[in-house]
Amino acid sequence: MQDSAFKDTHREFRLFFIRISVALGVMFVMLMILLWRYYYLQILHHDRYATRSESNRVHVRPVSPTRGLIYDRNGVLLADNKAGFNLSIVVERSPDLNALLEDLDALLDLQEEELKRFERQKSRRKPYEPVPLRINLSEQEQSVLAVNEYRLEGVEITAQLVRHYPHGSLLSHVLGYVGRINEQELEVLDPVRYSGTYVIGKTGIENSYEDTLLGEVGYEYVETNARGRVMRMLERIAPAVGKDIYLHLDIRLQEIAYEALGDHLGAVVMMDVRTGGVLAMVSKPGFDNNLFVTGISVKDYNELLNSPDRPLFDRVTQGQYPPGSTIKPAFGLAALETGVMAMDSVIYDPGFFRLPNHDHKYRDWKRGGHGRVDLHTAIVQSCDTYFYSAGVKMGIDELYYFGTRFGFGEKTGIDLPSERAGLMPSRDWKRGVRGVPWYPGDTVNTSIGQGFMLSTPLQLAVLATRLAARGDMIVPRMVKSVANNGGDGDPPVSLGRIQGSEEHWDYVIDAMKDVVHGARGTAKGIARGLDYTIAGKTGTAQVVGIRQGETYNAAALSKRNRDHALFIAFAPVDEPQVAIGVIAENGEHGSSTAAPMARAVFDAYMKLSEADGHETPAQ
Amino acid sequence: MKHQHSDFVRRLDLDGAMIQGPSGWQRVHLDLPLLLLLMGLCAAGLFILASAAGEHQDYVRRQAAFMGIGLVVMVAAAQLPPRFLQRWAFVPYLGGVLLLVAVILVGSGAKGAQRWLDFGFMRFQPSEILKIGGPLMLASYLGQRHLPPRFLDVVVAVILLVVPALLVGLQPDLGTALLIFAAGFFVIFLAGLGKRYLFSAVLTGLALAPVFWFFLLHDYQKTRILTLLDPQADKLGAGWNIIQSTTAIGSGGLYGKGWREGTQSQLDFLPESHTDFIIAVLAEDFGLVGVALLTGLYLLIMFRGLMIAINAQTMFGKLLAGSLTLTFFVYIFVNMGMVSGILPVVGVPLPFVSYGGTAIVTLMLGFGMLMSISTEKQRT
Repeated sequence: MQDSAFKDTHREFRLFFIRISVALGVMFVMLMILLWRYYYLQILHHDRYATRSESNRVHVRPVSPTRGLIYDRNGVLLADNKAGFNLSIVVERSPDLNALLEDLDALLDLQEEELKRFERQKSRRKPYEPVPLRINLSEQEQSVLAVNEYRLEGVEITAQLVRHYPHGSLLSHVLGYVGRINEQELEVLDPVRYSGTYVIGKTGIENSYEDTLLGEVGYEYVETNARGRVMRMLERIAPAVGKDIYLHLDIRLQEIAYEALGDHLGAVVMMDVRTGGVLAMVSKPGFDNNLFVTGISVKDYNELLNSPDRPLFDRVTQGQYPPGSTIKPAFGLAALETGVMAMDSVIYDPGFFRLPNHDHKYRDWKRGGHGRVDLHTAIVQSCDTYFYSAGVKMGIDELYYFGTRFGFGEKTGIDLPSERAGLMPSRDWKRGVRGVPWYPGDTVNTSIGQGFMLSTPLQLAVLATRLAARGDMIVPRMVKSVANNGGDGDPPVSLGRIQGSEEHWDYVIDAMKDVVHGARGTAKGIARGLDYTIAGKTGTAQVVGIRQGETYNAAALSKRNRDHALFIAFAPVDEPQVAIGVIAENGEHGSSTAAPMARAVFDAYMKLSEADGHETPAQ
Repeated sequence: MKHQHSDFVRRLDLDGAMIQGPSGWQRVHLDLPLLLLLMGLCAAGLFILASAAGEHQDYVRRQAAFMGIGLVVMVAAAQLPPRFLQRWAFVPYLGGVLLLVAVILVGSGAKGAQRWLDFGFMRFQPSEILKIGGPLMLASYLGQRHLPPRFLDVVVAVILLVVPALLVGLQPDLGTALLIFAAGFFVIFLAGLGKRYLFSAVLTGLALAPVFWFFLLHDYQKTRILTLLDPQADKLGAGWNIIQSTTAIGSGGLYGKGWREGTQSQLDFLPESHTDFIIAVLAEDFGLVGVALLTGLYLLIMFRGLMIAINAQTMFGKLLAGSLTLTFFVYIFVNMGMVSGILPVVGVPLPFVSYGGTAIVTLMLGFGMLMSISTEKQRT
């Protein structure tokens, strides 16, 4: 260091000392700023940050209530809950969501629908809410996820109860099914009540008793770490379990009714005459409603949707068929009550009916006619001409009045969703809907349950029930009682009484009895070996119209165009317990196709009630 | 003789305890107060890390091992005479700069930044050398010039300062660049840089700020600065760290939630809790009291460092000691400032507390040089 000799070391050191002092001063000021900042955070605003830290750590999680179970009248389980595991993602905890989804795809082969649904729900989630990706993981999927869990940040596996229907397609339309809450539903649902629940009753009992079955949501206060993993439970408010439901339905009768339909598509409804309780309700074919619980695949759904047998369609409450001749006892009673016919009135049936001043022939099903017939014979042999004549004499207004009282053209009010009203035509209806006046010919068609008239199979059962109850306007019920609700459920609901003298009721019911038990009854085929009595009425519903001058040729018609076979009945005649409505699609004859189905179910009922020791059928 | 007398008198003035001549510690060129303070800081650091590490307690063992290595490095560095340091200062400086260029050409990136040289058995950050090498070079240069520096000296000094800082800044490693720049600037400042230069430096800085903003800063760096102004703007993204760290600090209150009881850190809400954000763990566990105690410990170390600077025998020693001590303060200020949300987030660790071997070894190297300077008299 050559120039050190010239350096003024002392002056330089003094300058350095000054600079160090300045630096120390600046350092002191900065340190004060720093400490003030910590004082500001830790003392002045401690409360705010303490709260924030608590809400970071503590999360409230809704706990879904266990859905109420559904039993049949004897306590047989029809809908229960099984443990299932769901895969959800807490989006906020996943460092790279796309990479995570790719990883999961490699492991689980994600479906496009799942991803779409996931995206939809993701956009609506609350922060840190797990968004379900796959519901009801298989055991294999669970183990795959468990092995890979360490690298799947943000993934949560939650145990959940999944609805299960042990009887599958036997009860598909009655129970309906639960399914994922969709967007439209989400908009109208109580967000609090459904905060822990992913599914909702879509159809059937599951839908109409959603409120009862759901229960009340519970809450868990849990401590979670930043990745959403629950470290411990702090507090728990247990959910209130949904209420269990007991149906009037008897699963054994349901099975018999299902079997009784055989290869036919169609519907069978059996009701308890005294309570209106539905003992069996079959719409065939059914489908496995378990498919819908965790989301049905597009392929399965299209298969069901496109099947020509229309398995998703509930024929019982939504199928609409012309009631045909099954309506005759009702209109017979109407004829007596209105006085257009007396009990001993006799008409001559040449095989057709002609309106005054008209050429058109309204044919009787029997070529050549029944000859001289009174009401008894007209019901027993199902004479059309008698009812053409009686109907025209009464006029459409009376037919409409009595028709609706027997349950046609209006919803029965059963505790099932999506019921259809059928159609009981009237002058107002025709003018309003069709824009044309009512013609006398419309009355002729209506008087034998054809023309515009439409009825659901459920309405046929209601018709049979109200006939059996001698005019008591019983309303059908599915649910017998709700557990923990006290008592044995609601009392039978009746809308009133159809006017009718005892004489007239006796007369009509006696005629219905002879339909089965009479020597010339249309359903006499089922009387063989019967150890109780049945009163019934057969019917046939045309699928295609037959033009004037044509004859019905079953052989020529393709199977799907053949007539539907109908039958209504109740038993025993003197002290009616059960009533039934049967439709066998394309069964052609009520007498040979539908009536034996009804008898099979009656037989089962009688046998079971004897075995159960509840009621002894009157002989 | 006269020389020795004045030495004796000065020692008496400054440190009565050392009146009996060089102690055993001084003979091995160690400064006992500084050594004890550093030991205490290391212990406190391990204690806090044990809370921050959570399940990963192996961090604590490894950190202790780093501290051991650092201690060895410090003792070794203390043995190098200041004169030797001044003469060979250009070696680490030039080496460091060349390696930085190499990093830009072949380095491997972490998080998109080119910082590391991979030697297969270890990865190494050349910028770390310049944290010491930079001020060392400048002190070496200015220490042999007339002070306050004249224009030409200033120009040379500024070039020596800016080249490594810019190279590191381009990697981009803003935190390290800042530390290298600060360390070098302190040397020039302490050397008595004229006030005119100081003012024009400030003005130039302000004028260049927009250039930095629009042309040199990466988007993520801009985000960090904007996040500082409004962390809530991007709660789950850039703002997350700051929201969580301020929450951790604030919720600690006066006395804290207790050791390993801080929920923000234990439940992983606090990111980088064992590295850059570890002060928030201390603040959450031990509250303002804990923060004040640690700050106090840092202050004592800095006072000791400044005393060494003031008492240094040569201008080189004074400049280097002063710069290293003030840089130590910059570490603390920037780290505590960014975690508490008053400075943008740049990667500056909290000395001896944040987990990380390189920082510890570098800091210990600096303190070793401080000790070498403090015991220079014993060498003559």
